[in-house]
Amino acid sequence: MNRIETAFQKKPIFMPYFPLGYPDLETSVNVIEALAKNGADLIEVGLSFSDPLADGPVIQQATQIALEKGITVKKSLEAVKELRNRGVDIPLILMGYYNPMLAYGLERFIRDAVEAGADGFIVPDLPMEESDEFVEATHASPLQPPLIQMLAPTSTDERMEAIARNAKGFIYLVSVTGVTGERREISNDLGELINRVRAHTSAPVCVGFGISTPEQAKQIGQLADGVIVGSSCVKMIGGSPKPVETAKQFAAEFRSALSELRK
Amino acid sequence: MTLLPHKFGPYGGQFVPETLMPALIELEEAFVAARADAAFQTEFNKLMASFVGRPTPLTYARRLSEKLGGAQIYLKREDLAHTGAHKINNALGQALLVKRMGKRRIVAETGAGQHGVASATAAALLGLECVVYMGEVDIARQEPNVFRMKLLGAEVRPVSSGTKTLKDAINEAIRDWVTNVRDTHYLLGSALGPHPYPTIVREFQSVIGREAREQMLLDAGCLPDTVIACVGGGSNAIGVFSGFVNDEQVELIGVEAGGSGIETGKHAARFGDPSRGRVGVIHGTRTYVLQDEDGQIAETHSVSAGLDYPAVGPEHALMRDNERAFYTSATDEEALSAFQTLCHTEGIIPALESSHAVAEVIKKAPTMRKDQVILVNLSGRGDKDLNTVIKELN
Ligand SMILES: Cc1ncc(COP(=O)(O)O)c(C=O)c1O
Repeated sequence: MNRIETAFQKKPIFMPYFPLGYPDLETSVNVIEALAKNGADLIEVGLSFSDPLADGPVIQQATQIALEKGITVKKSLEAVKELRNRGVDIPLILMGYYNPMLAYGLERFIRDAVEAGADGFIVPDLPMEESDEFVEATHASPLQPPLIQMLAPTSTDERMEAIARNAKGFIYLVSVTGVTGERREISNDLGELINRVRAHTSAPVCVGFGISTPEQAKQIGQLADGVIVGSSCVKMIGGSPKPVETAKQFAAEFRSALSELRK
Repeated sequence: MTLLPHKFGPYGGQFVPETLMPALIELEEAFVAARADAAFQTEFNKLMASFVGRPTPLTYARRLSEKLGGAQIYLKREDLAHTGAHKINNALGQALLVKRMGKRRIVAETGAGQHGVASATAAALLGLECVVYMGEVDIARQEPNVFRMKLLGAEVRPVSSGTKTLKDAINEAIRDWVTNVRDTHYLLGSALGPHPYPTIVREFQSVIGREAREQMLLDAGCLPDTVIACVGGGSNAIGVFSGFVNDEQVELIGVEAGGSGIETGKHAARFGDPSRGRVGVIHGTRTYVLQDEDGQIAETHSVSAGLDYPAVGPEHALMRDNERAFYTSATDEEALSAFQTLCHTEGIIPALESSHAVAEVIKKAPTMRKDQVILVNLSGRGDKDLNTVIKELN
């Protein structure tokens, strides 16, 4: 069983997002370690890009700062390795835009990422239509790390079926039509949307975009197999004078909100 | 599977979040249906004539030709189209598609402000809500166009992220589109972005090349030896090139923004700087992109806001690989000097973007024979640039 499958043994799982290099490289590694050791079941490790067109202001600003402080793909992969050296053993999924991966060299990127300890990839600007090249490149790696497929409220049933059919790891269901960022309320139609996805796949369905509080996580955890928390995590931890302490607390709170549901 | 080819050789494609894919499919379907619909074509052509003022004239540049002492020079006068640039052709075409798709709101990006003005105009004409994203740097240097957009009823939203220019305006327009995609169309202003945009924009701009070819045969009695156009995203160039692409003997030349000079790194010459202009993916398309070693998109510079963009339309990337078209660049200084030359010799104030094409004419014409002919696409007029030019010339 690989790390991702192990993580989904008990559901729903808590999946925070945090970008490497923010507010600086050292702190981000400490933060991700703290999230992992205090309740995160899987972490989306963010790679920064100058033009993050699927992201709202919080993640835009954080990744911009990471770039200003000199983060690169190479340094990000070294940081993943460092996290493994520190005993982090939950799945680490690299989340980033396509161009820096292409610039690094796609096969080389996937090989080095897996070697560093990454378990899979999320590439928001790579829809089904364009993902063959990436998926083929993953075949060169013995681990065959998954490219996590994304679905959205605008996806037609036809697309859901085609995308879910080849899903590996889990499905990333974008809960709102929009960019990343906190939302005050959760859409009433979410249950229906999740059911539509489940009709096409037995892969775990994880929901992200706009989830900000442990209460919302609990609400969504009743419907989904995983709860992804991005902007709120970045904002709370990045804005704290003691980021590592805040990360510990943040992970513990979300994890405890989900714990009664876990089975 | 797409209805139309979604790539130009290895370039193009649809590198966008899943949320937008259904909208791209819907747009392609609407475009294919509209193209086959005689009523749509009639409506479009009627607006092109009665509202835009097409066909735009072809002007023989007698004094410029004499001054340069080589090839005879003809100007395709897109500066005389309503709103002052070729951008209106595409804006109106897409706005008609928006009506057809039953959407009520458009968002657009703008650099020079010409596409923003064209979109605001099309929206006013057809009764659509219009929001234009514009970088703060461009708002400062193209102020007259900001007023025009507002007068036309559009909301102009300043963009303060990144380099505060066209690239960032596109990011914000896409973010708005992702959020409001159910009732909003993204009226993209150049031959870039994800499929089907490069194809749609070329189709709506191909009127330039069709008219110009006919006018050349009629007025000059021959096809041009060389066609020259400036290349930002590449819409005016692809529009005029498309009329001559099958005439193999006609040389096609695109002119990128050389900024302060290629060697300074401050430019927007995607093809002209092999160390940083490499194939990558930006704004939904695979093409030549100015970027650093780590794949971060580079800052660009040009005196003309409309050419100040790090990527080039994917069809140009293919035409360059195939050597069907050739690409060169003109610096800020060369463009400003060409601007003045055209003012003095022909009584025409060109846009700074178009001045880059004129700069290439000034270099090229003297190397040609007197019986040879250059056609240059004068993509827009320079009223919007007066502040910049006055500042630069002092
Ligand atoms: C007058 C004019 N010419 C050219 C351009 C460059 O765009 P494109 O390369 O799409 O023609 C612009 C863009 O704003 C413009 O306003």
